[in-house]
Parts: sequence; structure tokens; C-alpha cells
Amino acid sequence: MNRIHYLFNNKKERVLSIYFTAGFPHLEDTILVMEAIQAGGADIIEIGVPYSDPIADGPTIQDSNKIALDNGMSMKVLFEQLKGFRAKIHIPVVLMGYLNPIIQFGMEDFCKKCKEVGIDGLIVPDLPMQQYLDEFKSLFEEYGLVNTFLISPQTSEKRIREIDENTDGFIYMVSSHAITGAKSGISEEQIIYFKRVQEMNLKNPRLIGFGISDAETFTTASRYSHGAIIGSAFIKTVKDSKNLSEDIKNYLQSVLKN
Amino acid sequence: MIRVDEKGFYGKFGGAYIPEMLHPNIEELRDNYESIVASEEFQQEFQLLLRDFVGRPTPLYFASRLSETFGAKIYLKREDLCHTGAHKVNNTIGQIILAKKLGKKRIIAETGAGQHGVATATVCALMGMDCTVYMGELDIERQRPNVERMKILGAKVVPATSGSKTLKDATNEAMRQWINNPVDTHYIIGSVVGPHPYPEMVARFQSVISEEMKWQLKEKEGRENPDLVIACVGGGSNAAGAFYHYYNTPDVRLIAAEAAGMGISSGKSAATTVLGTPGILHGSKTILMQTEDGQVVEPHSISAGLDYPGIGPVHAHLFDIGRGEFVAVEDEDAMKAGILLSRTEGIIPAIETAHAIHALNLIEYRSDDVIVINLSGRGDKDLETYIKWGGY
Repeated sequence: MNRIHYLFNNKKERVLSIYFTAGFPHLEDTILVMEAIQAGGADIIEIGVPYSDPIADGPTIQDSNKIALDNGMSMKVLFEQLKGFRAKIHIPVVLMGYLNPIIQFGMEDFCKKCKEVGIDGLIVPDLPMQQYLDEFKSLFEEYGLVNTFLISPQTSEKRIREIDENTDGFIYMVSSHAITGAKSGISEEQIIYFKRVQEMNLKNPRLIGFGISDAETFTTASRYSHGAIIGSAFIKTVKDSKNLSEDIKNYLQSVLKN
Repeated sequence: MIRVDEKGFYGKFGGAYIPEMLHPNIEELRDNYESIVASEEFQQEFQLLLRDFVGRPTPLYFASRLSETFGAKIYLKREDLCHTGAHKVNNTIGQIILAKKLGKKRIIAETGAGQHGVATATVCALMGMDCTVYMGELDIERQRPNVERMKILGAKVVPATSGSKTLKDATNEAMRQWINNPVDTHYIIGSVVGPHPYPEMVARFQSVISEEMKWQLKEKEGRENPDLVIACVGGGSNAAGAFYHYYNTPDVRLIAAEAAGMGISSGKSAATTVLGTPGILHGSKTILMQTEDGQVVEPHSISAGLDYPGIGPVHAHLFDIGRGEFVAVEDEDAMKAGILLSRTEGIIPAIETAHAIHALNLIEYRSDDVIVINLSGRGDKDLETYIKWGGY
């Protein structure tokens, strides 16, 4: 069974997914950061594949992408680093990457590599649903990869239903009209949107991302969904860290405390 | 037949590869723009503004001394005489009327050389709309006069500080801001790039260029079709406008002049069709300059308007099927061509446009060929670059 399915079958609330950029802050930190995220009690690891033009990301993640690229991170290097990671990491791992580097690597080779190293799912923010259905769905399925779509407050009910129909992992709810890291705190308006989607009784679990940074926002988001995704706030934590394992553990503990 | 299909593709290129957060905006535009643009009401307002505000039709000028120099019949399509100094305003007029009809209150735009930024700021002032223009930090430095023009017109100019700090990064930033403000904001893209329907929409607004060329040539030469049309290509909006009504007339050769920068193999170039490979940039599948790993390469050109790592999907298609002939013009040669035009015809061209002039040295043609060069913009904004170069 895919680890993402297994997770959501067994845990229905306060699921925490942590995004980090591969090769950041240093090229060789990838596995170390993953181990620390698992040790800190998160449920899903989302590895960002750095890209030169991340249009859905705000300054913090743009910055980590640039540093990772300057460090020499690439798809090839990442797959090298990920060889054998399943000996240490047992929680679900999702790759988040923009479409162009994946296409240049070759979609089939990419899916094959993902399966080989033990990746469970993909988030490709600029892969539109129709393109996915037309060109890539069968490949993803062949290699056992769960595809995650994003929805935002602007996404129509009809489209949310279509997305729900065409995925079987989880739905990534973008919390506001925003790129990553743009806002902090959760507003009344956002809660109305969370409730609206909650009441749609979708078949897929929902994780809320963008603007989640601490125990308070995590707890609020979890009230209206199965959990949340933290990205920019985590990147800020690791950016100038002198002791990654310790700082990550402390940060995750602060988020997960009730 | 060269035309966009219903999914937004020209052959293998185009489409809408966008984050889901932009889907509603793009869908709204895609579902409404054709009917709005086709409406009598839109057309009346558009045509009136093109005539009385922009100053269309722009002349098709027979350049006799240039013709003598090169040994062909050369006409210049004088887009440099458009209000604001370049063809860019044709598109911004169209899009601002569209934005109004869609009920938008705010406009955002990206700009490279600043011509599209100025054209956007101008139509926003005309319509009383709030305007923010994203511009690479490097371009802000090298196109100072245009930055000040935008500010005088009441626009806010926001520097894009990531990456190469040029047009590509300004486009990224504008897209991010559109994601942040999806409801009340329209994004006026300045070139035939971006997700469907932008490339076709912008090309249609610019197609007035070749529409006029046809009847003007008929008057002057007794035939609608030239033998060659030459235009410079960064993203490719002026070229798309100049080629549009000739796409499907194979007798008309379509010549696209790209920026070779300091030389194709110098590592400082923007010659996309030479150095690029298929990939995805700014929401469409096209040809772009990238590393083996799919990271977008920082381009270089002396002209900010051509300093872009991709080309519009329609141009990628023209290249792919061999319908368009692409030539690469180096910085130095473009500057010299700018001086040549200044001295033979009394027209100082934009440095972008100067690339199209130099293309005459790189292609074969017959002495009785009728050639139209799209004179996309004037050189006022580039005085500082001409002065710094100094070779005159």
C-alpha cells in the first residue's frame, strides 16, 4: 500500500507535512533534514526540487531554491542522494517540483526513479489537470505515485469536484490568494473557505498550506481539515541553523504542542 | 494552416501550464475574450482609440536611401510613430478595454525595455485605472527615462530583484502578484508569451500591423503581399503582428531577428532558436534557453526588449516547421545598423528594431524583392546606450 494512503487510513487529524528545499542550506543536508523532520514528529516530508523560476513561491522559497541551485543541486544529484533513504525514513515522502526540470529529465525516467528510491507522491504546481489526465496519469499510476492537486479560494466547486475525482492521495488547499510565505495568521474569510470545502464531503483528505507557521495556525487549520503543510516558516528555521537536527526538532515540537 | 487550436497550441507549442491558483483568472479570460473582442462595442472603442489616441494607421514608408544601400525595395512600417514610441500600445489599448469589460479595477504588467510598461501606464492613465509595473532591477538602471515616464503617468514601478533582474524575473514577479490578487486585477502581458489565451490575444491586438501593411502595399505596389517581412523577436509581439496576416501565405518569407548578444557561443546571448530547446516558460511550452537540468538560463542582449530566454509559442512553431527564417544579430552589429538607419533615413531606431535592420546583411534576397521591415520602436529610450557604445 502507498504510504500516503496508509497514513490517512490511520490518522485523520493534525497531519503535519513539512516542505523543505533539497540541497538547502547545504548540498549534503538533504537526508539529514529528512531524518530530523521524521524524528520531530511530522507525518509527511515534501522535498522541493529547486527551480530557477518558481512562480508560485514567495521570497523565502525563491531564496532557498536559488541557494540550493548554487550549491549544485539538480534532479540527478537529488536522486543520487535519495538512494537508500528508505533504510532510515519510513513516513511518506512527496516530491514537489515545477514541470520543466521534470520534462527535461524525462517524465517516464523521473517516475521510474521516484519509484526506485521510494517516493510516494508528486506535487507539480504548474501541471494543469487536463494535461495530467491527457499525458501523464497512466505513468504516475504505473509507478505507484500519488498526484496531488492544489485548490485555492477561487477554485469553483465544480472544479474541486473534478480534482477530487482525479486524485486519490490528498488535496492541497492553498489557504488564501497568495504565493507561499505571503501572509501570516488565519482570517475569518479563510475560515469561511475552509468550512465551505469541509462541507463538500470530498473523498480525499485535505491538507491546508500557505501561511501556516506555528502551533496556533497549525491547530486552526487542522480544525477544518486533516492537517496542514508548513514550508516558508520551516525554511526560515533551517536557513541560518548551526545545528540542524536540534533546531528542526525544537521547531516541530513548538508546532505540534497542543 | 498556422493557427491556435482550442487548447491553445500552435503545433507542439503553447498551452497553459499554470499553478491552479491562476486557473480561475485564465479561465475567465479564455471564456470571455473572444466574444468581447468580437463585439461591435469593443471594436468601435478599440478602432477609435487606435486612430485618435495611438495615431493609426502608421505610415508604410518607402526607404529609398536604405533601398539603394541594400539593393532591394525596402519599406518601413512605422510603428515607431505610434503614441509612446513603439508598437506595444496596440496591445495595451486592446487589453485595457477588455479589462474594463471584465470589471477589473487594477492593472499589473511586466516590462523589459520599459516600452510595454510605458504603454500600460499610458492606457491606465487614459482609463483611470490603478497601475503597477514590475521591472527587473537591471532594466530599471538601463532604461531610466522610461521608468520616469511611467511614474509621471501615475504608475507604480516595482523592481524585480531575483535571478538576472531582467524581463524574465519581472514576468515571474507579475505572475506572483496576479496569484496574490486574482479577483480585481488584470495582468496585461506585453508579448506573445504566457499561458493561453495570452499569446493569441496579444498577437490579434498586434495584427493591425500586417492588416495595414496589406492595404498600404496594395496602394503603393499594387499587391498586398511583400516578398519578405522582417521583424525582431524577443518574446515576439511586433513580429507576430507583422507576420499575422501572412502566416498562411507561403510566398511571403517571414524573417525573425533574434539577439545574439555578444555572440552565440559567448555565453552572453539571447538567440533562443539557436541555443534553446523545447520546455516550459511562463506558462507555455516553447523553445527556451535552459541547462540540461531544465533550469532557465540568464540571457543577454544589449537591448532590454530582446533580453528574454524564450520566444512566444507561435514563433517556436514557425521555427519548428521551417515557416520562419531566424537569424541571430550580435550587439555590435545591431548598434551599427541603428547608426546606418539614422544616417540613411533620419530615423534613430530602438536597439531592438536595429536588430531587424541588420538582418538584411544575413539573408539572401533579390534586387526586385519588396521587403517590409517592421520598425517597431524609436530610439529615444536608448540614447544612453547609444552614447555609452559611442561608435558613431
